[in-house]
Amino acid sequence: MHIDWAALGSVFGVSLVVTVALVAVFTLGITALSRRERATAQGDSATLALTGAYACFAACAAAVAYGIYIIVA
Amino acid sequence: MESFSLILAIVVVTALAFDFTNGFHDTANAMATTISTGALKPKVAVAMSATLNLVGAFLSVEVANTISKGLVDESGIRPEVIFAALVGAILWNLVTWLVGLPSSSSHALMGGLIGATIASAGTGAVHGDVLVTKVLLPAVAAPIVAGVAAMLATRFSYTLSRNSDGKAADKGFRVGQIASAGLVSLAHGTNDAQKTMGIITLALIAGGSIAPDSDPPTWVILSAGLAIAMGTYIGGWRIIRTMGKGLTDLRPQQGFAAQTSAAAVILASSHIGFSLSTTHAVSGSVMGAGLGRKGGVVRWSTATRMFVAWGLTLPAAALVGALAESVTDLGDWGTALVAVFLIASSTAIWIVSRRQVVDASNVNEFEEPAGVVTAAIAAVTPPPSVALSEGLTATIPSPPVTPAPVVKSDPATPPAAAV
Repeated sequence: MHIDWAALGSVFGVSLVVTVALVAVFTLGITALSRRERATAQGDSATLALTGAYACFAACAAAVAYGIYIIVA
Repeated sequence: MESFSLILAIVVVTALAFDFTNGFHDTANAMATTISTGALKPKVAVAMSATLNLVGAFLSVEVANTISKGLVDESGIRPEVIFAALVGAILWNLVTWLVGLPSSSSHALMGGLIGATIASAGTGAVHGDVLVTKVLLPAVAAPIVAGVAAMLATRFSYTLSRNSDGKAADKGFRVGQIASAGLVSLAHGTNDAQKTMGIITLALIAGGSIAPDSDPPTWVILSAGLAIAMGTYIGGWRIIRTMGKGLTDLRPQQGFAAQTSAAAVILASSHIGFSLSTTHAVSGSVMGAGLGRKGGVVRWSTATRMFVAWGLTLPAAALVGALAESVTDLGDWGTALVAVFLIASSTAIWIVSRRQVVDASNVNEFEEPAGVVTAAIAAVTPPPSVALSEGLTATIPSPPVTPAPVVKSDPATPPAAAV
């Protein structure tokens, strides 16, 4: 019997890294958004926070696009 | 399509029926957490999932071409064997749906195929090592991989977002969750609709209708995609309830982590080539996300029932498949008998489900906001698992109550005895 432990291991590793990274980046984006919300409520501008949030969401969108690419390919 | 015998037609129809049950059985995988956290209204969620399933069905025929190869010897397969296998898989899907437990449709299908093949050609025709590496090991690995990933992601995410406030964050996480749920739906369409395509193609090859090694004909792809999308849209609400609310209570942030983990595991596994069941991955990630939040709980009684169902899926479907195959072996009337049995028991299960739906579930309240439905579901969900122990505790206090009438009647009995 041949069990492909290497494949199983890499599925485990890749899933773990991708999940944690994606969720972390998305959470950072959300945090930045809510920071901006607080800043605008106080009348400050928060361009940096907004830019950061968009960068995070763009990274997530790229990951989703790659996911779709994997499904199609 | 030149020689299209009656048995082939029966197999195709049964395969599409299986595809349909597969669809409504697995709606929960993509949409249960989305519905339970209120990211999407239930009907919108199933409609989106159905559409993506349909789209996914057209994306590739890779899986369809592998389903028949490897697990059983294709040379000895007759259409009747495939029919028997499908009967086993459909019945198991319906039974687990009735009790609201998520279980792998692919395991049911493989179980039915294995059982029917053993009954038809003996144990030699099944490759035991393939069974272990492709079925048993993934079933154990998938929930662990997805669960650990979801748990760490949830924990990390909560640490990172300590300082962000609830409302805007919840809204954001719901949007993120919809995206990962969409990916799961798409992946499910490419995987599971293709399993049915593979089965129908296998039957067509076995029946001599198309040449060996041909790709699925277009009408097969189209009908399989439509069947799974329709099943998904009908929605296996019982399983959605268990997955979304029964295992743990998910907040949007957890739901996002769970669904992302599930999507990552499913895509990584299909890409790297160590195929893992969607159902197992999603269940694992939901539980992991439940454990990842401080104060989060997993209802292990529900989880245990689910694990038991997973363990039973293959043998149960195999047993039904084997029995069905032995009966179809008796001749055409045997095949007809199995077909009648399948229709009768499916109808019976459906009737039983209608009875419970009326008093327990909220199938008619889909127009309500998700929060109301899920709150009502949450109020309804605990009893099934708790019912047993509640019944026990209810009987334990009752003896002190019942002796009272006995004592009362005691004075009444002696006179009767005296008379």
